[in-house]
Amino acid sequence: MTVFYFVAFLSLFFAVMTIISKNPVHSVLYLVVTFFTFSIHYILLNAQFLAVVNFIIYMGAIMVLFLFVLMLLNMNEDSEPLKSIFVKAMGVIAGMCFIIILAASFKVLQTSPPLEIINPEIGLVGNLGKVLFKEFLLPFEISSILLLTAMVGAVLLGKKDKKKA
Amino acid sequence: MFETIQSVPLNHYILFCSLIFTIGVIGVLTRRNVIVIMMSIELMLNSVNLLLVVFSVFFGDASGQVFVFFVMALAAAEVAVGLAIIMMVYRNTRSIDIDILNRLRW
Repeated sequence: MTVFYFVAFLSLFFAVMTIISKNPVHSVLYLVVTFFTFSIHYILLNAQFLAVVNFIIYMGAIMVLFLFVLMLLNMNEDSEPLKSIFVKAMGVIAGMCFIIILAASFKVLQTSPPLEIINPEIGLVGNLGKVLFKEFLLPFEISSILLLTAMVGAVLLGKKDKKKA
Repeated sequence: MFETIQSVPLNHYILFCSLIFTIGVIGVLTRRNVIVIMMSIELMLNSVNLLLVVFSVFFGDASGQVFVFFVMALAAAEVAVGLAIIMMVYRNTRSIDIDILNRLRW
């Protein structure tokens, strides 16, 4: 129980550090630590497959992509013009209103059953593979088309414009 | 390990995921750097993923975890296209400040 609260505190801390740090490279590194704490949450929930996939895809692939773009744009120093303090305050107030509304709606429910792992084998690779390739076979195949489309689009957008260059 | 998680109330998980989601929303609203905004969107996606896994475990249904798998594939596609767009915007404007892109403003 205390493990969850400790890891949750770490996640919140590093998530806040991600959005308040001025240097974008520090932001990316804090986000990597946040995703690592999310992997720990998955392990605590006994979702081992998703923990590993989260580790590989988010921390391995997506964060490296972010770091590469930062390197290509040469943005390792603080180059961000600051938003006015009024806009910042408005953003924070809007976010606080959002969390207050959410918390109030959870309060209305009045039920807080303890989370019990009914079936500890649910997150294992074998079980998930069976579900994925039986019930979700068509979405699985369609997601491959989605990834192909994204790859083609990224290459097309990232190419240099021949008229200008 | 199962004993450690068993006594956490479900509401605490929901509240934790909402807090992470709200941090992402505040990041989108208050920053001007496009890359930091995309990282905030990733944060929001991850909080939703965690909540899906929590409910999947709570109800003993594996479909939620498969759905998280699809959300991750979608996030990878989104990041690839989004970062390519950011590269193109930077090439045209020499900046990644979103407030420069205001030609559609009324």
